Parts: sequence; C-alpha cells; structure tokens
Amino acid sequence: MARDDVKTGYKYVGTRPNRPDGLDKVTGRARYGADFSLPGMLWAAVVRSPHAHARIVKIDASKALALEGVKAVVTRADLPTGLTGEDLNLQDNTLAGEKALYDGHAVAAVAATSQLLAQDAARLIEVTYEVLPHVTDVDAAMAPGAPVIRPGVADYSVPEGMHGNVARYMEFGHGDVEAGFAAADLVREHTYKTEATHQGYIEPHAAVGQLGEDGRGEMWVCTQGHWYIRRMSAAVLGIEAANLRVTPSEIGGGFGGKTTIFMEPLTLALSKKAGGRPVKLVMSRSEVLRATGPTASASMDVKIGMKKDGTITAGQVFFRMQGGAFPGMSPIGEALPCAFACYDIPALKHEAVEVIANRPKAAAYRAPGSPMAAFAVESMVDELCRELGLDPIEVRLKNGAKNGSKSSYGPVYNVIGLQETLEAAKAHPNYAIPLGPNQGRGVASGFWFNHGGETSVSLAVGEDGTATVMIGTPDIGGSRASIGLMVAETLGIPYEDVRVNVVETGALGVNEPTHGSRATFASGKAAVEAANQAIKEMCKRAAAEWEIDAEAVEWKDGAAHPAGPNAGKFPPMTIGEIGSKMGGSGGPISGHHEVTAGGYGASFGTHVVDVEVDPETGRTTVLRYLVVQDAGTAIHPAYVEGQYQGGAAQGIGWALNEEYVYGPDGRLQNPVFLDYRIPVASDLPMIDTVIVEVPNPGHPYGVRGVGETGITPPLPAIASAIAGATGARIRSLPCSPPKVLAAIKALKG
Amino acid sequence: MRYHTPTSFADAAAIAAGTTGTLRFLAGGTDVLVQMRAGMVQPDDLIDLKHIPGVDKIERTAEGGWRIGVAVPGIVLGGHAELVRDWPGVVEGMNLVGSTQVQGRATLAGNLCNGSPAADSVPGMVAAGAVATVTGPNGTREIPVENIPAGPGKTNLAKGEVISAITLPPRGKNGGDAYLRFIPRTEMDIAVVGCAVNLRLDGDKVVEARVALGAVAPTVLLSEACAKAIIGTTLDDAALAALAKAAEGEAKPISDKRGTKEFRIDVAGVLARRAAKIAYDRAKGTSK
Amino acid sequence: MSKIHVTTTVNGDPVEFLADPRETLLDALRNHLDLTGTKEGCGTGDCGACSVTVDGTLVCSCLMLAAEANGKRVETIEGMAKEELHPLQRKFIEHAALQCGFCTPGILVAAKALLERNPDPTDTEVRYWLAGNLCRCTGYDKIIRAVQDAAAEMRQEHRGAA
Repeated sequence: MARDDVKTGYKYVGTRPNRPDGLDKVTGRARYGADFSLPGMLWAAVVRSPHAHARIVKIDASKALALEGVKAVVTRADLPTGLTGEDLNLQDNTLAGEKALYDGHAVAAVAATSQLLAQDAARLIEVTYEVLPHVTDVDAAMAPGAPVIRPGVADYSVPEGMHGNVARYMEFGHGDVEAGFAAADLVREHTYKTEATHQGYIEPHAAVGQLGEDGRGEMWVCTQGHWYIRRMSAAVLGIEAANLRVTPSEIGGGFGGKTTIFMEPLTLALSKKAGGRPVKLVMSRSEVLRATGPTASASMDVKIGMKKDGTITAGQVFFRMQGGAFPGMSPIGEALPCAFACYDIPALKHEAVEVIANRPKAAAYRAPGSPMAAFAVESMVDELCRELGLDPIEVRLKNGAKNGSKSSYGPVYNVIGLQETLEAAKAHPNYAIPLGPNQGRGVASGFWFNHGGETSVSLAVGEDGTATVMIGTPDIGGSRASIGLMVAETLGIPYEDVRVNVVETGALGVNEPTHGSRATFASGKAAVEAANQAIKEMCKRAAAEWEIDAEAVEWKDGAAHPAGPNAGKFPPMTIGEIGSKMGGSGGPISGHHEVTAGGYGASFGTHVVDVEVDPETGRTTVLRYLVVQDAGTAIHPAYVEGQYQGGAAQGIGWALNEEYVYGPDGRLQNPVFLDYRIPVASDLPMIDTVIVEVPNPGHPYGVRGVGETGITPPLPAIASAIAGATGARIRSLPCSPPKVLAAIKALKG
Repeated sequence: MRYHTPTSFADAAAIAAGTTGTLRFLAGGTDVLVQMRAGMVQPDDLIDLKHIPGVDKIERTAEGGWRIGVAVPGIVLGGHAELVRDWPGVVEGMNLVGSTQVQGRATLAGNLCNGSPAADSVPGMVAAGAVATVTGPNGTREIPVENIPAGPGKTNLAKGEVISAITLPPRGKNGGDAYLRFIPRTEMDIAVVGCAVNLRLDGDKVVEARVALGAVAPTVLLSEACAKAIIGTTLDDAALAALAKAAEGEAKPISDKRGTKEFRIDVAGVLARRAAKIAYDRAKGTSK
Repeated sequence: MSKIHVTTTVNGDPVEFLADPRETLLDALRNHLDLTGTKEGCGTGDCGACSVTVDGTLVCSCLMLAAEANGKRVETIEGMAKEELHPLQRKFIEHAALQCGFCTPGILVAAKALLERNPDPTDTEVRYWLAGNLCRCTGYDKIIRAVQDAAAEMRQEHRGAA
C-alpha cells in the first residue's frame, strides 16, 4: 500500500527486533508500581463510602489512631481549601468533601506499619453518613424527578430548561439535514445504549510517596504520565509542583485510565503527617473497579437517511453521556466528532449533553467516546444496509471519507487510509468464507484523531558510539523498541546500540502522558529531531578534525562522510570515533528536542467479524476476527499488530460481556474480575491483522498512532454479526446472552 | 486470627466446638481466602484440615464406590482415570470450578460447604447420590449431599461439625452421568444455570434417573419431576421435551447481575435436555 | 497477634520468615522475601498474575496462606531462567507476546506447568489452560503463538536429547 512518493527501504524501521525491556519483563525483574519499597516505609489503606450519595456527618478515627503502629489518618480537613475548576474536581475525588458522590468514593486514609494493620485501622474509622437519594443511569439522571446531585453544575453551554444534572451541552453540523432525510429512500431512527466499561488493566494503581515538612517530596508511581501526576498531586495538596519529583514505574496497562490521579496524593499527605516516612498505597481490584475511571455510559439517538444505491443523504445524532459525579469527564467532545468521522455526508447534525450521575469519575479509555459513537452510527448504517440489501463494505467505500474530504467535525483530511482499509477488508479471504447456520458477519469502520502534544526528548552520544535516548512517555506496550528503531534508522547505527530510557520529571521538560496514541508518534518525532541535532554536532566535530566546512560533511550509515569530491578525501568518521574523542573535541554531544507535536494523522480501521449464536441460550462465539488498520508506517510491526489485537479484544469484551452493574442501592455489584467479565484466552480466536500503510506526511517516518482506533469497530461489528446470525438487532450493549435470547424469542413472537 | 492445624477430624471438631467467634475451615481455601480478602469474613479461628492423614486420598469403598478426601483438589480428581470413568459428570462439574490454578486447590467438600446454589460440583454429586461423612463433637454421621446446603452461604452442619469425606456410590452397570452449566464466557464465571443428570439404562430404556439443577433456587435442587420425565423412556424427543418442561417448572430463580429469572428458566430446560443426552450416550457407551 | 514461623523452599533456596496468619503466600513472597516478580492483579484468584507452583502444582499464591507453604517447594518466575532463559521466556520476547508485561510472569509460570504435563497441546488446550490468566493488552493471539513455538522447540530439544 506504500505510495511512490514516500521513502521506503528502511534498514531498521519495519523490522521486529526484541524489545529492550523484554528480558526484565519475562524474568520478573521489571519493577511495577507495587514493587517499589523504601526503608521505613508505611502502608496505607483507604476508607470508602458504601453509599452512592451521602452527606458525611462525622468521621471518627480515634479507634484507629489508638492502634499501636498506626501513624497517620487524613481526611478532607487535611487538604487545602480554595481550589477551583478541575483542580477542585481532582481534590473532591481524592477525598470526599461534604458529600460522598458514589459507591467507593474515598473518605479517609490511614498509614500504618504494615498493610494488614492499615486495613484493620481503616475498618476502625467510623464514618457517619446521611444517605441521600441517588441516580446512576444516564437516562434516569435526566428524567423529571431525578435528584439533582450537584446543583449549579451546568456550565454556560447548557440551554435553559434542561435537567439540573446536565453539566454541558454541545452541537455542531453542516448542511440541511431535513432536506437530506427527504431525499433518502429509507430513513431510520433508533436509540442505542452502551454501559460503562473499565479499562481493566491488570496492574492496580500503586504509588509510594514521601513528603517532608519542607514541602519537598518524591513519588514512585505507575502512570501513563508522571508530569500530569506531579501537577495534579501538587494542586490537590497545595504544594509547588517543582518540589515534587515523580518517577514512573513500569506500567501494567493503562488504556487511558492511568493518565490522571485517583489516590496518589494520599501517599504524600499521609507521609507528611507521619513525619516524612514514605507511604505505599496499592489499590485492591475492587477499589480499582469501584473508584477509578471507567468510561462513560451512553444513550444515543441516531437518525440516518440512505438512498437505494447506498448513498447516505443525512445523519443526525443526540448523545447523552454520563462520566460520573464530576463535570467534564464524559467524552461528548470526542464522541460527537467521531460519530460520522468515517463518512463524507452532505448534511449532519450533532448534539450531545453531559449528565452527572452517582458513579466514579470517568477517565479516558482507548479512543474515549469513539466506541460508543461508532456503536450507534455504524449499527444504524448496518441496519440500513441489511434493509436495502446492500454490501456494508461497498456502502462505506461509497460514502467513506477520502483524502481531501472535509471531515464531519470541520477540518479537511490530508492523507488518510480509510478507503485502503475497506479495500483490504473486501479482498481478505475472511470476507469470502461461507457462513453456516446461526452464523453472521459484521463489518464496521472506526476512527481516532490521534494526538501529538507536549513532548521533550534528549539524546546523548556515548563514548562507545551508542546513543542513549531519554523520553518522558512511559512505555506501555513496546514504544522503547519503536523509538529505538527510529533513532537507529536516523543515526545509522544498530538498534542494539540505542538505549531508550523513560526518565523522571526532573530529567526532562514537560511531557504529556502516553495517551492519544502519541508515544511512538510524538516521542518518536522528537527523538528523531534530537538525533538530527546530534548528527549536526557530530558532523561539526568531523569537519573540525578534517578542517573543512561543516556544510561539507554529510551523515550516513552511522558515520560522517565528506559530502562529495570537493570536500576532500577523508575516510568516514564513525559515531564511535567521534564519541571516543568528544571530550577533547568540544565536550559531550547530545541532541534535544521540545515540541508540541503537530501533524499527527488520523488512523482509520475496518473490522470484519464472524460469530455463531446458540439460538437456545443466546450465547455468542466469535469464530474469526479481522482487523485492518492504517498505521502510516509500522515501525515495529509486531507491536502494531499487538495494538490491533488488543484493541479488538477490548472491543469484543465491551460488545459481549463487560458492563458496570449497579444495584437499586446505587452500589456497584460486580467489582471483581469474576463478574466484571473481560475476555479470557478461551473466549477468543486468533485475531487476524492487516497493516495498511498510508504514510503520515506529518512524521519523518510516516507514523500514525495506532493504539486507539482498534477498540472502536468491534462494538457495532459484533452487534451486526449477531443480527446476521439471528435476525435480532441488539441496540443496547453488552450483547449478553439473556439479552440476545430475549431478542431471539421476541422475533419468534 | 488463630490458625489451627489439627491432625484428626476429632481434634478439628473439638477445636471447632470450643470456638466462640467467627470460624472457618480451610481445605482448598479458594473461597475462604477470597472472602477474607474482600473483608466479607474476618475469621477468629481458621482450622486447616490438610494436616489430617488421608484427606488427600481417593479410595475405593468396600462396596465399589469412591471415598474422596476433603483436601483432594480438582486437578487430582480430573487426573484419576478410574474415577473419571465411573463418574465423569461429577468430575467435570468439579473441574469447571475456576481456573487451572484454582483446580490446584479447590475441593468437592469446600465447594459444597461454601453453600453457593451455583456451585458447579454440587449438582453432579447430588445426581450421583453422593453422601457426606460429617464428624462432630458427638461422633460421625452420614448426610446425603443434597441435605448439606441450607441456602446461599449456609449449611445444615451443626456447631463443631465438619465434613470428613465425600462418598460416591458404586457406579454399577449401564449408568452414565453428565453436568453442564451455562456461563457467558467460556471459563472463569459462576454458573448462571447448572444441570446434572445421572441415569441407568436397561437396553435403550432409562430405568433410574436423578436430575439436579443449580443456580435456580436457594440451594441445588434434586428434581423428582425431571427424573420422572425421562424414567421409562428411551430419551426420545418427547421425553427430552418433557424433561425440559419439567426443569423449567422446577426452576425458581431470581434475577441478578448474572442473569434474569426468565433466562435461567429457559436455559434450565435447555441444559437438562443436553445433559441428559450426554449421560444417556455415556450409559450406552457410545461416548465418553 | 502472634506470627507463624514458616520454613519453606523457594526456587530451590531454603527460606524462613514470620507471617501474620492472615497473610497469603503472595504477600510473603513479595513483602517478606522481596520476590516481587509474582504480581497481584485481583487477590481473588480471577486473574492468575500471582501464579506459582507449590510442590509442582500450579496455584494462585493469593489463594493460599503463607503458613500453608510450610515445608513445601515453591517455584516462582524468579526461578524460571537457569543459566539461560527458559524457551517460553525467550519466545515471549521474540513473538512480542507481552505489551505491558504485568501478566507475563504468571502466564509464563502457568504455561511452563502446562508444557510439563502436555508437551504438545492444541491451541484450544493452551487457551483453556491459560483461561485463568487474564491479559488485557494482547488479545492472547501472540501469547498462544509464543507458547506453541516454545513447545515445538522443547519437543525438538527433547527428541535431540533422546
């Protein structure tokens, strides 16, 4: 799929070497969040609200503090006042203020000399609650009579007359949708719902924090972004961010859920109260599920018009999303632009509201907002295709966005690969496999913007001719390898001679987290620029040695060369030679690059899934699964495939079995992996992948982020495959067996 | 918490009888440790039964049945070829409990005493006519397995009583058993519905049958109506339909996070049919 | 609260420690013996990140009390590589069968236990054996391939040695 005008034939880019951190990770040596310990360290435990909504009348910690070995208790009273905006939200979530806003909301924390003792002490902290009426469902939260959870939460965007739980409203669009619907041969309108799901990283949140009387502190933490942790923790505690040094551990998965703070500042607050002793806090799985960011739940109205030939004439959506008890956390701002991003449709209208409910503060989850939007829009497109007897790939080819299309949300797409993914899916053998009884096939496309963001990278040339790269984006799935490959390619030295280290907040300028599919794109782009800067300096050193102009030296294959016959005849000077002499030739050689990286290109994907449904139990088995996605350039194809497969697996879980189940009491009923059912190995088939490469002109090696798009298509693709297998359309995720069986029985009448 | 390691069931019963706070017995521990971790139970006394001689043994009884020690984990049951040949349904029920790792620890007796109506090993034991030997301060008694659970998380054992063995009756000729459960994933879930069928044939005709249903009532149900639906039949379509109807009629489930009432009733019928066919084929010797 | 003196063998080394009776084997490995390669993902036996073998049987170390390990032989991820990496470890790196790597120690320990029982498993057997080892990153595809490739190599070596 490579285009003629893009450089190919790389030596290292596109190969599949071992990742540098692989050895540590297969031997148990890699240190994750909970693996850090320090001399004199205390352990912490958190007291959490058992109520979905309650006024905190009194907190009595006297019994806990009377236990020998208990060193400190913190409550909201220990935190500074006067915060506003998102800082206040973060503080409110770290420790509840006047009210506990969801089941699992932290109310107090205690530090003691052992983990068991801290847990015992937490059980002795007596909290008196005045239970308040609650609401957890997104539609119920907007119903007349629903309790208003946080009066005055609405921002300027909310029109008069909306429910008191609506915090935000947005709308945009283009064209005349009514004329579009009038021109269609078939117009359908339905409501689709998705339940909240959790990122489900296997590593629970963990941190060790230390804060002295002088307001200086350190934290070791599993996070996708330690500068964010630093800024947020400092804000919550009212300390200077610069006085806090944060070192990221290896990270056991994040998927967006570790881009923010939940309990991390508590380690610092407890440490300070305990005389500066370091404090370790590790969440249990149920704490992770109850009190860290799941995604939003959504209720979405969709209306689309289509002509008999498959032309989509108009589309309209109204999304309602709740992201917990805190404003600003539901991804309406992403879901709406993603809704029709795969299409070029003459008339579109988008509206959405954010709704507050008694649920935990949502966090980003892989392409936040996009999977829900795709479930609604792609399901509806599939319904229209089936009703009109049209091939779903042909309809997408016909209406799909192309190079130069004006996107549904405004900007014009530069170079994109949606059409290529559709063609590749159509040509794939999976699309031609005949289906048996009770089997169905689903197709859907998906989109993610991708992201650049604040990035700072340093590179140091070693005396032995190696290069050490310092990046600020934690390696969550092989990015050290991909960045190492790009630096090796740029410097012209073996991949094994490049070391990529993820460094702490004191070692680089601000870096945004590993989020938005930006690490390989943005840290990679900055690393390449840093390498280029080092190359420039190395050419200068060679020129000085040769006594020629620096402009007369060029860099290739890991060495400085005279640039043509006029420059003089000198044997190439390798990076090793230059490195070994740099002390005497002007000092250490390094490169550095800081940028708010632009030029990230969107990544589109198309998935094809075949399922079989047991008509007697409603149970769905995924028979085969195909992911086709545009990677721009696949730097390390094995980890690109891994992103595709992992995204698909999470999407399959969301589509089939994962959901937050709240009881009538507003408590989460399934805060364990036993009942929060992520896919297990025996649930899935091999996941076939096709890497389409339409290089991104905004990156020196053509990289597009690949992490997020893959979770988007499975939701509608699976629901559509189930519709194909059974005739029953499930418009409310998950497609759990009871729901599917009920739908099958309803069809039979 | 006091951790006890008695070396006889009499000692275990005596320790248990003398406790005043919260008491738990520890066999495989796969339920007790989870409950402790979740803060649901903070035992004052924990009695580890694994130091009692013989608890890890599977032995033939004089009558030709099987006596299974209370600490025999699922993986050992599954690896016991003769036991699997006699009671494949009982073993497959136990082997469905949790993961491979859980199979390394979890036991029949523990699964039974946890008192869950959804316990995967219990319907198979009930259908097989298994008997629990119970040791207490006043000696030992035998209780049919179906009489052990009293409701979710509760048993009919008296204070100081502990299960000291599970006995399966002799398989006898022309018999077969099977257990099926419904879960949304392929592994790692709690049964939404479970059904075990144990039957004996005379020629093509079912002459004896015991059918047990799990997760459709506060305890595992031994259903006479289901047994009646197939006794005297060749398990033809009419008999299977009658069995399904009987199972649906016996099921008195609730709706919860794992499934709706309607779903459980429907699936009870489906599983009864499917399990009966497997048990029938096993009795005929036409399948494993 | 009195502690229990536990004497056991971990990766062939004799070790002793004092455990609170409520502490799990996982707690003891991580907090008393500094063997942090064994991970806690759930504490309820649902994720397999804490997989170890005890007297050769694969178990979740979170579902076993530390006191129960007395007199047993415990093997953890830290004992898997001898002079060289175990073939499973090497194949996991080569196949990119890990992304975040947090579930990896448990999966490797579990896969090793499988191949010791069944040197030539089908894909389905591998998937069901590993069903209690959750991985959220990979979708399992590359894990299954890595296990099968390691199994093939180990069978080859075994034949060569025979």
